[in-house]
Amino acid sequence: MEFPQIDYVAILPEIIICGLALLIMLFAAFLPRDRRWITGHIAWFGIIVASFAVWMNWGTDTRTFAGMYSIDLFSSVLKLIFLLGSLLVVFMSENYIRLHKLEAGEYYALIIFSLFGMMMMASAADLVVFFVGLEIMSVALYVLAGFRRSDPKSNESSLKYFLLGAFATGFIVLGIAFVFGAVGTTSIAQMFDPQQYTLANSFFYLMVGGGLLLIGLAFKLASFPFHMWVPDVYEGAPTAVTAFMSSGPKAAAIAVLARVFVVAFGQHITQLSPMFWSLSVLTMFTGNLIAISQTNIKRMLAYSSIAHAGYMLIAFATGTAEAVNSVVFYLLTYTVMNLGAFMVLLVVEGKEDGDNEITSFTGLGRRHPFLGAAMTLFLISLAGIPPTAGFAGKFFLFKAAVAKGQIPLVVIAVINSLISVYYYLRVVVVMFMIDTQTEFRPVSYPAFLYVALVVAVLGTIVLGVFPTSFFPFDIPLLASGR
Amino acid sequence: MLETYLPIFLLLCVSTAAGGGLYLLSKFLGRKTTDSQYMDTPYECGIEPVGTTKERFPIKFYLIAILFIVFDIEVVFMYPWAVVYRKLALFGFIEMLVFIGILVVGYIYILKRGALKWD
Repeated sequence: MEFPQIDYVAILPEIIICGLALLIMLFAAFLPRDRRWITGHIAWFGIIVASFAVWMNWGTDTRTFAGMYSIDLFSSVLKLIFLLGSLLVVFMSENYIRLHKLEAGEYYALIIFSLFGMMMMASAADLVVFFVGLEIMSVALYVLAGFRRSDPKSNESSLKYFLLGAFATGFIVLGIAFVFGAVGTTSIAQMFDPQQYTLANSFFYLMVGGGLLLIGLAFKLASFPFHMWVPDVYEGAPTAVTAFMSSGPKAAAIAVLARVFVVAFGQHITQLSPMFWSLSVLTMFTGNLIAISQTNIKRMLAYSSIAHAGYMLIAFATGTAEAVNSVVFYLLTYTVMNLGAFMVLLVVEGKEDGDNEITSFTGLGRRHPFLGAAMTLFLISLAGIPPTAGFAGKFFLFKAAVAKGQIPLVVIAVINSLISVYYYLRVVVVMFMIDTQTEFRPVSYPAFLYVALVVAVLGTIVLGVFPTSFFPFDIPLLASGR
Repeated sequence: MLETYLPIFLLLCVSTAAGGGLYLLSKFLGRKTTDSQYMDTPYECGIEPVGTTKERFPIKFYLIAILFIVFDIEVVFMYPWAVVYRKLALFGFIEMLVFIGILVVGYIYILKRGALKWD
């Protein structure tokens, strides 16, 4: 009997991450309550080991599991972004868990399981593998959103996310079924090959399937008109989990969008482009215009994440390999600067269950200059002002779009960036320019959070100043395979 | 093309005949008692067809049911594996061990965290 060839070295990062999650679950079961903080240290150590495994496989360009799982440069780069994001989240959670007396073992195990799902999505060369990865990622996130069990807001967040997420999942399954019906395969590489199917009678069903897939992915990406859940879920979820949710799943959804809509449906890009064009424009305007009126910083960052989803969709309206490369770079910069902003929020929030109003930042810049400066850096980076990472990300994205002649779209995106400056800088104004009689209360600098904050600050600056020396801009989108 | 659906058509016929036939048999042969008000309710065995939805019962049932699903699925996967066990040989055996190992971790976890303690 013929067995599918399995390249165990190539999937070593996934094996490590899966084993790590199981190990943490065992530690959570056997350690006494007061020593479960150890799991956090196992988590970050394991993530670093897995990053080395990804690094080891850097040049690998192969498809394994009967061609369903692609290990190539594209997936390796995305996996490193996921691992970096999760590492920062683990670092920033350590103090949060202690302050709010959350269950450390389960928390880290779920973060790692979710990370495993994202890594699967990045490597998926088959729609079914992608679907399994998506579910592993999402189910862990549904639980994480409700991790503060005694807080009704957290429960609401979890339930909303679960119900809407499950609904979106239904669309994805139906989409996969339609695509399979139209082209007779779920393999992304085979769909890419036009000889595999006759378009004459199956084109309509292929587009129906693609549309349904897009609905499900747009939900995960938090794009208009599937963005309604974002502010409520982000506000109610524990702050460290919100940070994780706003970076990881978005990046994973982008990875699948690239593999499905640019690789598999690549030959229909002229028909698909207007759809992404309008989706991108509407998402940008929705996110930026509603963010202006927000007074709660978590809700503001939620709308900001919607706006960023809009910028990312520009790459798919363009549909070139160059655009996809630059959106992956955008994801890296977004992960760093967005997590950075959440880290400052975690410090400011402190022990008390803050309402996270923007006014709670009043006077932060005067009393704690480092925190104020760091927050300012992250916010101007999110707005896209040089010399920060956010500027470099937008620059490459817009450059790729202009190269394909998407000039009106880029003009709209630049106008939106200008709108976003208003609400990002309002926080800076509150931090530095409002005279307060009362001094800002002292904040603590927990060691791990501090390390993560320094990493995020350095990352934001370095990626902004030397983008090309840290990122390969010529990533092929799918392993050539065997 | 159409003959591939013949088994489904046959199944449809047989099930309709079986269901309908039994219904008709009891209609013609059965004793007719319509004097009791309980005969007109959907469940004749004493379950109230209409009641309040706010009935409370322990959440433990849910927990047990959800935990049961995990091991139910495990067995579902073991059936096809057992059928082709000889062909899969050592490869299949080790793969199954990995699969069961992952589930066993979950089992140890729920056992140690007391999810199976009824009280």
